[in-house]
Amino acid sequence: MIRFTQVSKRYPGGYAALKNITFEVAAGEMIFLTGHSGAGKSTLLKLIAAIERPNGGTVLVNGQNIGKIKTGALPYLRRNLGLIFQDHKLLFDRNLFDNVLLPLQIAGFDHRESAKRVRAALDKVGLLKREKAIPIALSGGEQQRLCIARAIVNRPSILLADEPTGNLDEDSSIAIMEIFKSFHQVGATLLISTHDDTLLRKYTGRTLALRQGELQT
Amino acid sequence: MKSWLRHHLHVMQFTLNKMRTAPVSSLLNVLVIGVTLSLPTGGYVLLQNLQSLTDKLVGSPQLSIFLNMNVSPEEIARYSKQLEQHSGISRVEFVPREEALLQLQRSTGLADVTGGLPQNPLPHAFIVYPEKKDAQSMEALRGELRSWPKFEHVQLDSAWARKLEALLNFARLAVLILAILLSFALVAITFNTIRLQILTQREEIEVSKLIGASNSFIRRPFLYFGLTQGLLGGCVAWLIITVSLTLLNLSLSDLTHLYASNFNLHHLSTSDSLTLLLFSTYLGWLGAFLSVSQHLWQIESR
Repeated sequence: MIRFTQVSKRYPGGYAALKNITFEVAAGEMIFLTGHSGAGKSTLLKLIAAIERPNGGTVLVNGQNIGKIKTGALPYLRRNLGLIFQDHKLLFDRNLFDNVLLPLQIAGFDHRESAKRVRAALDKVGLLKREKAIPIALSGGEQQRLCIARAIVNRPSILLADEPTGNLDEDSSIAIMEIFKSFHQVGATLLISTHDDTLLRKYTGRTLALRQGELQT
Repeated sequence: MKSWLRHHLHVMQFTLNKMRTAPVSSLLNVLVIGVTLSLPTGGYVLLQNLQSLTDKLVGSPQLSIFLNMNVSPEEIARYSKQLEQHSGISRVEFVPREEALLQLQRSTGLADVTGGLPQNPLPHAFIVYPEKKDAQSMEALRGELRSWPKFEHVQLDSAWARKLEALLNFARLAVLILAILLSFALVAITFNTIRLQILTQREEIEVSKLIGASNSFIRRPFLYFGLTQGLLGGCVAWLIITVSLTLLNLSLSDLTHLYASNFNLHHLSTSDSLTLLLFSTYLGWLGAFLSVSQHLWQIESR
């Protein structure tokens, strides 16, 4: 499903974020990506979503080579991915319902089907009762859950989460991890980056450890 | 197909809602576009009117020949025959002095004045329609006729109309230049409006791109906004011109009653109106397109 072959990524200015990374993720796996901040976790996820392009090596996602993908094909790649951002990237000018609706509008779903899917996604993250609220009225954990609802409403095959529990308390973190676990159980492929060791001990899954841009074995 | 149509309808509705949420600035924008467009279009309409006026005059160019006061009826008959046989002349009309006086009384309402005259001051006249209608051969014909005895005065009736036409060509060029310059201004107006909108929706655009929006999806609402604004601006320009022409015609009719003539300013023709609306819509679309494209390019090159 996702295959990295000797991938390296340097940012302008010469900083090497990733060095010679090789790994493979099979469909339906739940992978934890660990390492200190600056180890290259975000960069790795950005390469999968084609937000960044690799400088060397090949990144294959669903059979598509990210290094060579055309700009016009990017939207279709991203519609197959669910992206969960550490800073949520919610839109504060519209309510919860419309936030989750956005990916479906982009993909061109019809209205009735969209409404059903949006409510199902909000229900899954426990925010259905607040669909008319605006995101600013939500707590940090709730905002993160809203971001998850938006990522899953499209039913993507791959979910990428960048520090989803980054600045949340333990209860909220566990709530979010439970949501992820339920997706894993229905067959989604998940990549979750975290630096929270206590969380890792509670959940089983393959771990990819990054240190200063290199994969530890 | 159905979902595509529904999406476009949705975007259209969204655009109109957006205009309604900021009615004052939308209205001002539309007014600015309308006023800007009405300047060259108004110039064009006035020139068209002048053109049709000169066409009428230049279309049937004629020479008026005023005869000496003491010409005899036999001489008139001879001249009439000579003129008819002249190779450079297609048609000849004779206007006796009595009829000329009657015409003058009828058309100018100067009956009181002319009635008080001891005798008819007007001469007999010929009106001559030349074969060749270009300025040079008409001038030559005039020179020739002037040398005939008893031909007191030969007047080229359309000379001023030709001068006017040359002037019109000059004015037309001026209007064209004005139109081109103002078109740039219109594109700039829309460009800037859309740029401000993009700045306030920067986040939405970036998030949309991250979750799989194509560039055309992101462009669409802005393009709709631009072309709707252009179209409304065009409608305003059309209204400005129509109302101005109606007002001008009202005051013109007072004036033309006094001179007993029947001159009316024509409105924009249907095809000209459509051209105006299409062009303003296109300019709005273009401004929006350039604005969004530039912004998308900025996002992508980061």
